[in-house]
Amino acid sequence: MTHVAPAPAPTGAAVDGETSRRRGWGWLLLVPGMLYLAIFFVFPTIQLFLTSLYDPSGNYVQGYTLTWHFANYVDAIRDTWNLFVRSFVYAGIATAVCLLLGYPLAYAIAFKAGRWKNFMLVLVIAPFFTSFLLRTLSWKTILADQGPVADFLRTIQILPEDGRLLATPLAVIAGLIYNFMPFMTLPLFASLDKVDYRLIEASSDLYSSPLTGFRKVTFPLSLPGVVAGTLLTFIPASGDYINAEILGTPKQYMVGNRIQAAFLTEHDYPLAASLSLTLMLIVVLMVVVYVRRVGTEELV
Amino acid sequence: MVETNQDLHLEDLTKRFGDFAAVRDLSLTVPNGSFFALLGPSGCGKTTTLRMVAGLEDPTAGRIRMGDQDITALRPYKRPVNTVFQSYALFPHLTIFENVAFGLRRRGIKDYRQKTLDMIELVQLGPYAGRKPAQLSGGQQQRVALGRALINEPGVLLLDEPLGALDLKLRRQMQIELKRIQTEIEVTFVHVTHDQEEAMTMADTIAVMNHGVIEQMGAPGELYENPVTTFVANFLGQSNLIMTDIIDGAGAEVMVDCQGQKIGVSSERSHAKGRKAWLGIRPEKIFASHAHEAERTDSNVLTGGRISDVSFVGVSTQYLVAMPWDQELMVFEQNTGRRPLFENGDEVDLSWSSEHAFLLDADQDAHAGMMRPEDRE
Repeated sequence: MTHVAPAPAPTGAAVDGETSRRRGWGWLLLVPGMLYLAIFFVFPTIQLFLTSLYDPSGNYVQGYTLTWHFANYVDAIRDTWNLFVRSFVYAGIATAVCLLLGYPLAYAIAFKAGRWKNFMLVLVIAPFFTSFLLRTLSWKTILADQGPVADFLRTIQILPEDGRLLATPLAVIAGLIYNFMPFMTLPLFASLDKVDYRLIEASSDLYSSPLTGFRKVTFPLSLPGVVAGTLLTFIPASGDYINAEILGTPKQYMVGNRIQAAFLTEHDYPLAASLSLTLMLIVVLMVVVYVRRVGTEELV
Repeated sequence: MVETNQDLHLEDLTKRFGDFAAVRDLSLTVPNGSFFALLGPSGCGKTTTLRMVAGLEDPTAGRIRMGDQDITALRPYKRPVNTVFQSYALFPHLTIFENVAFGLRRRGIKDYRQKTLDMIELVQLGPYAGRKPAQLSGGQQQRVALGRALINEPGVLLLDEPLGALDLKLRRQMQIELKRIQTEIEVTFVHVTHDQEEAMTMADTIAVMNHGVIEQMGAPGELYENPVTTFVANFLGQSNLIMTDIIDGAGAEVMVDCQGQKIGVSSERSHAKGRKAWLGIRPEKIFASHAHEAERTDSNVLTGGRISDVSFVGVSTQYLVAMPWDQELMVFEQNTGRRPLFENGDEVDLSWSSEHAFLLDADQDAHAGMMRPEDRE
């Protein structure tokens, strides 16, 4: 990405025709992806939007009528704003910790692992070989009141005698961190691995201590990975409900739990749809602000 | 700008990678302000030597001094040297201005702006200060790399094959420019290259390296005219090497039996130790004349040659001359147009001024340092 040369200026009409013909073919490659997006994203989103405006007095047996009932959104936000806040706080903490843990890991794999590089990458991906649900369930065992971790923490007196790990915000956030760690590590690795080691040598030749060299050269060059990793972690984490469901209690429920319950238990489709769209909108806004802040300039 | 007595001294420098000795007991002194070239084929240890001076490689043994200061153990970012890297290693996320200002800003120099702009002018990149490296051509990137290093006013500027990525024409142009800048700012340049022509064009002193040691060191003309090993004779330019027996090594001229013909070589130019020696003579120093027409004033004529190949290359004509002892000698002649070219099969005698031949130790490979076809550019 960093070394893309500016497109050469066309030298004549013949060249012009040539490029536009080539471009025409290039667009064709987008068709499958576009079709996929249209069928599985655009169409369901429109459907979801319409559902969110149904008259809430209907029910799923007798059906709903579309009455453009925008008050659904007001109701949804009024009743669940604290869940939104909690979701973003949990997801934010989880993303920050993933970055703090994932960056050194990705750095070590990219620069220090040598011939163990591929093996270590496999280890990073290894959790995916087991289902998400199963792994979260086993965390329940690990964090259980009589489990080894809680026992140990009680022994060294960090955890009080009646203290719990399970069913606390800590457990939910730990679950999020664990489950989304690879989504942070892999993009970080991909951009760190591309950093030319000779640039680091050059920075040290130009009076940068290892720390300054990292701050001025390595880190800025890894920013695309930081942006990709944080987005890939934060977005799914803020909509997650499995971790809160399994490792928490209703006191730790996130907005995802509410949406899930509204859709699948209460069958209150207008509420579920308006919550989903509100979540989507807030996340998109946050992403836009974030990407603007970090600056596309840095992402050459 | 640069303190006096900032000569660069390498003392018994050795670098091993496992069992392989990349550099062995290398000692040399680069006088302050000189343009010094480390010349050798790839894998000869020249880049390793340079990296040890830069601090990017730790020597296995030996010392590096600048003036009185021992810098052997200094971290690279504490050394008063800067490097122009082979691949330029420009920071892709920074503009040209920020690249050039990088070293000054790391050292916390306040008025870096004006200095940076001046340096960008010196390397003639004024209009490009705000661009990113990827938007520049190879030659322009090369100049950014040069400016980024020079702006720090290093005691020694290290250049690692800085022109290797440029095409021939641009390379010639940059050679002249580098030499101009070096003369202008009087900074010591240590230039690593495998291109003998580049080294001879620019350097005051050349050290020819092979297998981790210096084969010979001296001014370009001296190395070319009076090589002491077959490697140097072949690596700098081309040489005809003929096996001879030494008849009399006592006088001012060493007399040798060159395949049955008696030849004399000035004793200052005899580097042979044994009873046998390689007689060396550069192709352009040989004058071919029709058989029996050579002036027999000196003991420097070989008779019985026959032209076996004629290559016309514009400025000169290159002949291969088959000698009676089953060896072909190269003879270059300027195309002055004063006499017709020889043709295949012409009988010729070869002669040269006696100060142009040299004698080398016979127990060396006559092909050492010859460029293989894939090394030619």
